[in-house]
Formats: sequence, C-alpha cells, structure tokens
Amino acid sequence: MQWFNVVLQGVLIGGLYAMFAAGLSLIFGVMRLVNIAHGDLIVLAAYISLIVTQAMGVDPLTSLLLVVPVMALIGYALQRGLLNRTLGEDLLPPLLVTFGLSIIIQNGLLELFTADSRRLQAGTIEILTFQVTQSVWVGALPLIQFGVAVAAVAGLQALFYKTALGRAFRATSDDQSVAQLMGLDTRHVFAMAMALSLAIVAIAGVFLAIRTNFDPAIGSARLIFGFEAVIIGGLGSMWGTLAGGIILGISQAIGAQIDPGWQLLAGHIVFLAILAVRPQGLFPKVSG
Amino acid sequence: MAPILALENISKRFGAVIVADSVDLALNDGEALGIIGPNGAGKTTLFGIATGTVAPDAGRVVFSGEDITRLQPERRCRRGLARSFQIPQPFSGMTVFENVVVAAAFGANERENAVYHRCAELLERCGLADKANTRAGGLTLLDRKRLELARALATKPRVLLLDEVAGGLTEHECSALVALIKDVRASGISIIWIEHVVHALLAVIDRLLVLHGGKFIAAGDPHTVIRSQEVAEIYMGIDADA
Repeated sequence: MQWFNVVLQGVLIGGLYAMFAAGLSLIFGVMRLVNIAHGDLIVLAAYISLIVTQAMGVDPLTSLLLVVPVMALIGYALQRGLLNRTLGEDLLPPLLVTFGLSIIIQNGLLELFTADSRRLQAGTIEILTFQVTQSVWVGALPLIQFGVAVAAVAGLQALFYKTALGRAFRATSDDQSVAQLMGLDTRHVFAMAMALSLAIVAIAGVFLAIRTNFDPAIGSARLIFGFEAVIIGGLGSMWGTLAGGIILGISQAIGAQIDPGWQLLAGHIVFLAILAVRPQGLFPKVSG
Repeated sequence: MAPILALENISKRFGAVIVADSVDLALNDGEALGIIGPNGAGKTTLFGIATGTVAPDAGRVVFSGEDITRLQPERRCRRGLARSFQIPQPFSGMTVFENVVVAAAFGANERENAVYHRCAELLERCGLADKANTRAGGLTLLDRKRLELARALATKPRVLLLDEVAGGLTEHECSALVALIKDVRASGISIIWIEHVVHALLAVIDRLLVLHGGKFIAAGDPHTVIRSQEVAEIYMGIDADA
C-alpha cells in the first residue's frame, strides 16, 4: 500500500512536469527552437503571480486569470521582437540568445525580489485531502494540478488537430517556406506558439510556487525536468509528453522513497536509461 | 493595358552562375504564358523571385501596378500570386483536405469554416475527392501534383505560376491535367507555365518565351517560336549555319 501511495504521488507530480515539458515541446515542434530560458520563465510566472496575489489580495489560482494572459503577451512580444530574428538554418543563435535571456531573467528577479525564497499561499485548499483507501490520502491541490495538466495536454492536442491555428502550427512546422507561400505569416505563427507556450508556463509556474518554495535560481532545474519529460515521451507527441512527465515523477518518487537523496538521481537515471535504449522516446510522433 | 505581373530588369546570380540577366517579363491579365528552356536556364528562379522566396540582386517585381519587390511571400500570396512546385511539397503530416484548408484559409484570408465547402469542391475538381482524408505524405506522384495545383488554387490566385506540372505523368494523366488547367484559365486566372512537355504547353498558352542562360532569347506565338532557329539550337544542338 505504501508503494501504491508513492506511485500515486509520483503520477500527480508528473502532471506538473508534463506542463513544464508541454511548452518546450510545442516550441521545438513548431520552430525548432530550444528555449533555454524556459525554466526561468516558469519562475518569472511565479513572481508575477506573487505580485498579483499581494497587490490584489486574491489567491494564487485566481491570479492565473491575470498571469496567463500576461505571460502569453510576454511570449508574443519576446518572439516577435527578439527570437524571430535568431531563427534560421543555424540552431546555435536561438540557443545562445535564450541562454542569455535566462541569465537576464534570473538576475533581474534577483535584483527585484532578492534571493529570499518565497511561497504562494493558496489557503485551505492546500491542506484539503481525500482518503482513497485506509492508508492512502490524496491532496486536493495535487489532484487539481494533475487535472489541469491533463486538460492542458488534451487542449493542446485538440488545438493542434482541430483548429485553424493548429493547422497553421503544423503546416509551418512541416515546411516554413511553403507555408509562407500559402499565405501564412510565419512570424505571427511563431509568436502565437510562444504565447501559447508561456500561457502553459504560467499555469505550471503558479502550481510549482504553491507546492514548493521558490527563489530566482530554481529555473534551470525545472528546465531539466521539462527536457527529460519531453525526451522520455518522444518529441512532437503531446500525450507522450504527459507520459514522460508521469514516468519522471514516478521515478523520482520511488527514488525518494528508497533514500531521500536519491529523488533527483532516480529521475536522471531513468531518463538516461530511456535515452540509451530508446533515444526517439517512448511515444514519438509518426514522422511525415 | 498594364500587365498584371511584371518582372522588370531582374538580375540574379548564385556565385559565378548568372540565373537571370536583366530579365523583363510581362504577363497580361487573362493571359497564359509558357516558358521553356534547358535545365539550369533560370526558369524556376524567376518563380522564386516573383513569389518572394528568392531576392533578386537588381530589378523590380510589379503586381497589378504595385511594386512588390520587398513584400513578404505570404503578403504576395494573399494578393493573389500562387505557385506550384516541380517537386511537390505537400505538408506531408497533414491530410489532403487539411493541406487545402490551410491554403484556402490563410492564402485567401478567410475564416476556416467558410472555406470547407470551397475546398471540397476544389478536391472534386482536381480529382482528389476520394483521398481527402489521406495523409499527404502517402500520395502517389500524380496525386501530389494534383494536390499542388489544388492547394495553389485554394489561395484564390489571380496569377498562377505552374512549375513542370506535367512532367512524369502518363499521356492520359497529362491530358486530364491540361483540361483542368484550361478550365482554370477559363475562370479568369492568368497563368505562367514552365514546362518541358511541350505539347501540353501548346494546348493552353497564348505566348511562348524561351529562357537560356538567364535571358529570354525568343518570344511570341507558340507554334512559331517552337519551330524557330533559336529553339532548335538550344534543344537539338543544331548550329545556326548548318
């Protein structure tokens, strides 16, 4: 029963990792951009939520109503004003620019908010739990977080295959230059993809900040979790990304159960094992 | 009457290779123009320059009286300039219908649910109705060429640039395609058609240009041009004095 509990908690945290990963996967899929600043943008979202909760006296989940559009706007502007200029045949420039962005965001946050660790207070919902079996309890917040992650992945999947914007993403991803000849403004399409990516980042950032303490320096570890979930799941597959997040979450939970110091190690080992045995990931998209 | 599409004094070189040497080309509204020339003459590059994917070193591109030399490809498409590729380049991970829907919605700047009916008709017209839900990556060459045409037409072009659509097709397939292009032309779309399959070309076009070494070396009535000394020299290697 104890192990059931461990796996369950792993699955639930996996939802959060899937949200870290979904935005990364989306950006890489549409424009082959590896966003090194992804983790720091998650932290930025947490701080924006902190400001909103303090200034308006709302709880963190309500603050999402403001944080999500703000992050989406930042994403659109960032892509349009900066990242679009770095895209081309060479993968290196966007890598370097987002790396620089990561440093700027980290130090900007450090300057504004100091290195003190913060926490978003979600109130009574944080301690609300349900008894599943005699010895297994599940928190309301992890459940909500997992539900939101599944909804985000399902939403992205539906958007990709059922909407005009999704078709624009897929067409641009397939062949940027032909997409332009079909009337697609690829700079706008890329900016929309980044806006969407950062909207998901906003949700992930707020849930992260309710779960754990955060400070300006924790972004890079979230980036790694995101990358690992993407690779485990297989590039380009949204449901695979969810599975990747869950596998990473379960591995960490089991590792932590064996020895608290093994939590991160276990996650990395499973990631490396999958990379060695199945480098295309568990659920890769069928290639065109 | 001013031409609907004009290339004015266009030059382009790739390294030491001159692919366009002060080229002038004017397509009148409603006209069907054919271009022939040996491989490497610079035919396809002219389409790239017209549609905005290749930047000319010098010269202007004028569409419907407006200088579009610096306009992005997607803007040119929305104004009514569409092309097909010699080697079809469908969005291979998407279905045939989706390919056409993307072109119709974004190329003609219309809402997606307003274009479904038009797209279904277009697939019917191009002989792809039964393959609407097939992934475009799995199509045969003929169907890829049909999709190439359907997708270009979906953008509601005023000018259609066709790049060797008849190559690699059987006689029967080719005549069906010629009928379709005649039909397109009759609907008021102006056409420039690059083609090696000369009899297909002659069935449609009003005027024929011969491109060689980045220059037009002959132009005029198709049947006259095709029998001219210049064409004979290029294609048969017959010397002018022989």
